[in-house]
Amino acid sequence: MTVASDPPARSHAQRPSRLFKNMMAKIASIPMILTALVVFVGGTTWTVVHSFTGSRLLPKLNWVGVDQYERLWNTDRWIISIKNLGIYGVCSMIFTLVIGFTLAALLDRKIRFESAFRTIFLYPFALSFVVTGLAWQWILNPEFGIQSVVRGWGWETFTFNPLNDPDTVMFGLLIAGLWQGTGLIMCIMLAGLRGIDEDIWKACRVDGIGTVKTYVQVIIPMMRPVFITSLVLIASGIIKLYDLVVAQTNGGPGISSEVPAKYVINYMFQAQNLGQGFAASTMMLCSVIIILIPWAYLEFGGKKRG
Amino acid sequence: MANADIYTAALAADGPSGPKPKRRFSRANIFLYGTLIVVSLYYLLPLYVMLVTSVKGMPEIRLGNVFSPPVEVTFQPWVKAWAEACTGINCDGLSRGFWNSVQILIPSVILSIAIASVNGYALSNWKFKGSEVFFTILIIGAFIPYQTMLYPIVILLREIGLMGSIWGLVLVHSVFGMPILTLLFRNYFASIPEELFKAARVDGAGFWQIYFQIMLPMALPIFVVAIILQVTGIWNDFLFGVIYTKPATYPMTVQLNNIVNSVQGIKEYNVNMAATLLTGLVPLIIYFASGKLFVRGIAAGAVKG
Repeated sequence: MTVASDPPARSHAQRPSRLFKNMMAKIASIPMILTALVVFVGGTTWTVVHSFTGSRLLPKLNWVGVDQYERLWNTDRWIISIKNLGIYGVCSMIFTLVIGFTLAALLDRKIRFESAFRTIFLYPFALSFVVTGLAWQWILNPEFGIQSVVRGWGWETFTFNPLNDPDTVMFGLLIAGLWQGTGLIMCIMLAGLRGIDEDIWKACRVDGIGTVKTYVQVIIPMMRPVFITSLVLIASGIIKLYDLVVAQTNGGPGISSEVPAKYVINYMFQAQNLGQGFAASTMMLCSVIIILIPWAYLEFGGKKRG
Repeated sequence: MANADIYTAALAADGPSGPKPKRRFSRANIFLYGTLIVVSLYYLLPLYVMLVTSVKGMPEIRLGNVFSPPVEVTFQPWVKAWAEACTGINCDGLSRGFWNSVQILIPSVILSIAIASVNGYALSNWKFKGSEVFFTILIIGAFIPYQTMLYPIVILLREIGLMGSIWGLVLVHSVFGMPILTLLFRNYFASIPEELFKAARVDGAGFWQIYFQIMLPMALPIFVVAIILQVTGIWNDFLFGVIYTKPATYPMTVQLNNIVNSVQGIKEYNVNMAATLLTGLVPLIIYFASGKLFVRGIAAGAVKG
């Protein structure tokens, strides 16, 4: 047993390496090993393999090549799901980062009641997406919600009914999603801002650089790792987007707010078309890999070179 | 934290030339607080709306708007949401979902934390050949979309006869909670001075003895963080609940969604909002009671990878 290849942690490799000495640790790690190998590696491989079969009600190994993928990309519902996820994803990333950073910067200006504000911004994160979706479904309700309130003020033609309008429904979801998720990013950004050396600020002040300019030109570039962590977090959350849609719109009106995660689950557990579900989930896996590889390269590849 | 306060104190000093009288109502300050208060209102709005809606009668809701404060406060919707609201043919309210969730929550939290803490302990103090490989797979697994593993898990649960039962869901929560919790515990145990471990080894203590008598008592704070993380996470879960349980054992979130989004009958918005608040109450109480520990928990969750 050697773990010499592992520099950061303390290595107990020097201790006499008789197999039974570590037996207990190995036995204790069985749940972890099973999870890693059977569920994560095994399950993922199983799904990817079965995405090339014509499984319907039950999984079968009748190979159909890439038929499922062809069908998938010819299905309107999938195309809409992907577009929706794209719109939601891009807007969510931009707004979450901007709002999260702005709030963190405001809270970092040595203000009174900082912890009260932070508590308020973060509490939605404790709530589930189902609760979030249902609360915003009610606020955006056209008969009683924001639209009716503004009309009640005398603006009779005011229209704000995102949840029943196929063109804007994703923005209705976005409002709820941002409400739930920005607090987390704010917290991470705030931690990042607190980690910045005070001398940087002094230097900028001596040079006569304004506060906003300091943030944009000095602080943000310095917080690159924090931004990358935030981006990865937001991105992995976006791909999982499911509960919120189910609770707030259930994919409606029509199929205009469908998302890939919902497509997968509908095809696997309701439409009894497992092959489609497997193909769609494999596509989701691919998108995660596409996001993760550049990130892993930036995070870990860079260090090795340095 | 104290350091951070010093930093911010330095930041707030207005210019380089030492202290000068602060103007409380400078334009910048008004802008700062104004923005924060407006944004706070946006964040508080849904909570307020849920609360006022849940204590209004239906006639009042039909007449007014979502923001108007209640004229007549009634707790009938809360009672109805708890004990009478219908899902399908069952009309025993959210209470069933609540108790299901409690039954799912307690074993899931205990099991997932027990497994993960032992993992973290083994990974930081008892490395064996391949342990880092499994750990890496575990962490990568945290990023794999659940959708790719949903069906294989259905098959596994069917094989061991736990599909549809609460224990099956407990197992699923333990599996998917493992990556982040293991990371949390591994990092924590790695920060405990090695001498302690070595001394115990010299004294002849074994794997479990060191775990229970030295590591466990020292790791209590991180256990609290893990409990907060797991309680909110498992309570808020919807996806696993809807797939791995059957209607009789649906957790609260799934039942809530079924009550509110049911197509039959007249929509009783006040009951719906009371039910929504009831479901959100557990994580909210944990959040407000735990304060900084909650932030620590999510920060730990955030720096995964």
